[in-house]
Amino acid sequence: MAIEEKTQRGTYELLSGTYSAATGAMLSRVQVVAAYPITPQTTVVEKLSEHIAKGEFKAKFVPVESEHSSLSVLVAASAGGARTFTATARQGLALMHEVLHWAGRGRCPIVMAVVTASLGAPPDIGMEQDDAPGQRDTGWMQLYCQDNQEILDSIIQGYRIAELVSLPLMVVFDGYIMSHTYEPVLVPDQEVVDAFLPPRKTKFKIDPDNPLRIFQGAGAVAGAKFASKLRRRAQDAMEIAKDVIKEVNEEFYQHFGRRYGVIDCYRTEDADVVLVAVTSVASMAHDVIDELRQKGQKVGLLRVRMFRPFPTQEIAAALQNASKIAVIDRNISYGRSGILALEIRAAMYGAAKKPPVFGFIGGLAGLSLKVADIQHAIDYTYAHEQPEGEIIWLGIPPWEERG
Amino acid sequence: MEKTKTLKQFGLEIPVAEYAPPGHTACAGCAGAALLRQMLKYLGPKVVLTNPASCSGYFGRAVEIPLCRCLFEAAAASGTGIRAALDVMGDTETTVLVFAGDGGTYDIGIQALSAAAERNEDLIYACYDNEGYMMTGMQRSSATPERAWSSTTPLPQAKKERKKDIVGIMAAHRIPYVTTASIAYPQDFVEKVLTAKTMKGMRFFNLLAPCPTGWRFDTRFSVKLARMAVQSRVFALVEVEDGIHWKVKQPKERIPVRDYIKAQGRFSHLSDADIGAIEKEVEEEWEILLAKASVVEEI
Repeated sequence: MAIEEKTQRGTYELLSGTYSAATGAMLSRVQVVAAYPITPQTTVVEKLSEHIAKGEFKAKFVPVESEHSSLSVLVAASAGGARTFTATARQGLALMHEVLHWAGRGRCPIVMAVVTASLGAPPDIGMEQDDAPGQRDTGWMQLYCQDNQEILDSIIQGYRIAELVSLPLMVVFDGYIMSHTYEPVLVPDQEVVDAFLPPRKTKFKIDPDNPLRIFQGAGAVAGAKFASKLRRRAQDAMEIAKDVIKEVNEEFYQHFGRRYGVIDCYRTEDADVVLVAVTSVASMAHDVIDELRQKGQKVGLLRVRMFRPFPTQEIAAALQNASKIAVIDRNISYGRSGILALEIRAAMYGAAKKPPVFGFIGGLAGLSLKVADIQHAIDYTYAHEQPEGEIIWLGIPPWEERG
Repeated sequence: MEKTKTLKQFGLEIPVAEYAPPGHTACAGCAGAALLRQMLKYLGPKVVLTNPASCSGYFGRAVEIPLCRCLFEAAAASGTGIRAALDVMGDTETTVLVFAGDGGTYDIGIQALSAAAERNEDLIYACYDNEGYMMTGMQRSSATPERAWSSTTPLPQAKKERKKDIVGIMAAHRIPYVTTASIAYPQDFVEKVLTAKTMKGMRFFNLLAPCPTGWRFDTRFSVKLARMAVQSRVFALVEVEDGIHWKVKQPKERIPVRDYIKAQGRFSHLSDADIGAIEKEVEEEWEILLAKASVVEEI
C-alpha cells in the first residue's frame, strides 16, 4: 500500500488539543493514569476518566490529590513495568519539579502532556510559556507541537521514543490557543497504532520473583562514582535520543503517512531574516511569512519541535545563510532573556557565521500575541543592524511610577 | 529446611526466612530495623517495599525483596503506583508495604497518605515512629512529645506542642484497619501483621521505635523502652476496624510514667512538676481512649 493511502486509515474527528492528547494516550494503550485537575489541562484527564469509567478504555485511573502525587504514582508504576500517562500545566508542573528530576534520573519512560500557561503570582491562568521551558534541566525530553494532529501523533511517537531510550518525555502545547481550539484530527485506527507501538517491555522492573532494588544508590562513599556515571549515562541517552527521535519519526511516516522534523524549516533556504518560534506562534507565523514573501521580503521560519535534547547542529546548519535571526519567546529567564533566544545564541556560537540574534519577548501572562506582533518583530529586525539589548519587548511597555 | 522456629517464651512461630538480613548501616539498637525485619518475615516473600527518605534508607536498603525508593513526601503515592502496576499486570496477590518514618508520615507525607487512605488504596502503610527527624540529627517532628528536647527545640525552649494523634487521624478516614504495635510485644505485633495481611484496602500501622541516638538512652534498652512506653500507658496498643470499632490492650503490669521519662536523656531537663503534668495528661488520654473502646483486653 502506498504511504499516502495509509493516511486514510482512520477517522477524522473534530478534537481540541486536550482531547487530541487524551486520544493519543488511549491509542497508545496506557495502563496507569494518575492525574489532578488544573486549567487549561483538565479536559485531558476528564476525557480519559470518562472513557475508563464507561469501560470503553481499560486502564487504572488514580484520582490523586496533587500533581506531586500524580507523577510519584507514575514513577512507581513505571518502575513496575506499566505504560503510564498524565497531563499537567502551570503550577502543577512547578509542583512536580522534584519528581521530574526523580523520573529523569530514574530513567522512567513516562509520557506527559504539558499544556503551557501562566505561573503566579498573581494567580493568572492565561497563556504564557514559562512552565515547560523552565523544566528543561530535569532530564525529560520535550517535543513542542504546533497543531492538534501533531499532539496526538507526538504522544504515540513519544512512547516509542521514551521506551527505546528509557527517558521521560513531555508533549508540550499552548494553553487555550491549542488546548481549547477544535481542529479536524485524523484519529488512526487502533490496529495501525498497535503495529507501530508494541506493548512496553522492560528488563528491569518491580517483580517479586526477581527482586531488584530500584532507585537505590550504592551508599554515600562507594556510591558517588557509580551515581556520577549514571548521570553521564543519562546524558548519553539524550544524545542517542536525537537519532532515535528521527528514526521513530521515519518509522511513524511508514505507518501513518505523516512526519515531523526535529526542526521544521519554512522558506528558509534563501531567507535574509529567519524567525524562530515554537507552538502556536510558529503556526501563526506561516501566514506572515507568506504575506511578506509576496511583498518581496526574503523571510523564513524555523520552528523548533525538539527542545530537549536540543538540535544544535540542525539549527546551526539551517540558520547558516541568514543575515539576521529573530526569536520570539513567550517566556523569560529573569535576569537574562527569553529561553529560546538563549538556546539559539548558544547554538550559533560555534557556527562559522554568527548572525545577530534578536530576542523578542511578548505574550506573557495571558497577553495576546498577535499576527501584528510577529509582523512587528520582523520589521524591527529588518530596521536594525543589531538588537538594542538582549530583550526586545513586544507589546509590553515599561512600568510607569504613579505620581 | 525448616521454615519456622518456635519461640517458646512467646508461643511464637517465627519464619526462618530473612528478607532484611544482617548488614544494615543503621545505629546499634535501632528499633526501626527490628520492626522492619519482623514485618517482612511475615509478609514475605510476596511483598514489595517502598520507603522514602528516612533512617530506613540505612536499614531498609539491603532487603532481599523488591525495593522501590521514593521521594520524602511521596511514600503513599509510591505505594499506590506499585499497586497499580502489579494490578494491571494481573498480580493482586503480592503485598505492597510502605515503610516510612514519622517525618514522612505525620509531617511531609501526610497529604499523600491522607489521599491514599481516602481512596482506600490496597496497601500496608507502616510508620516506624521514633518521634523526630533522627537521620538528620534529632530535629522535632509533629510526632515529638510535648516537653521533649530536640535539636530544633533546644533548652530552655523544649517542645511546647502535643504529639499529633496519627491514629485518630487515620481512623477518621474510615479505612479497614488502623493499629499500633510495639517491638516489646512480638506476639501482639505478629498477630496484627497477619491480620492486616489477610485484609484488602488501606491498612495503617503506627510502630513506636525507641531511638537510642535521639532519645538518649543506652543501645541495650530499645526493647525495654518500648515495653515501658506501653506499661506506662504513654503508648497505647490499639486496633481500629473501619474507623469505628476500637480495641485497646491494657497492660497488666503498670509502671509509673516517671520511670519511662527518667530513662531518657531527652527529658532529663524536666522538673517533678513537669513530670507530674505529663502523668496527668497520660491519665486523661487513657480515659478518652477507653471511652472510645468497645473491647478492652489485658496484655
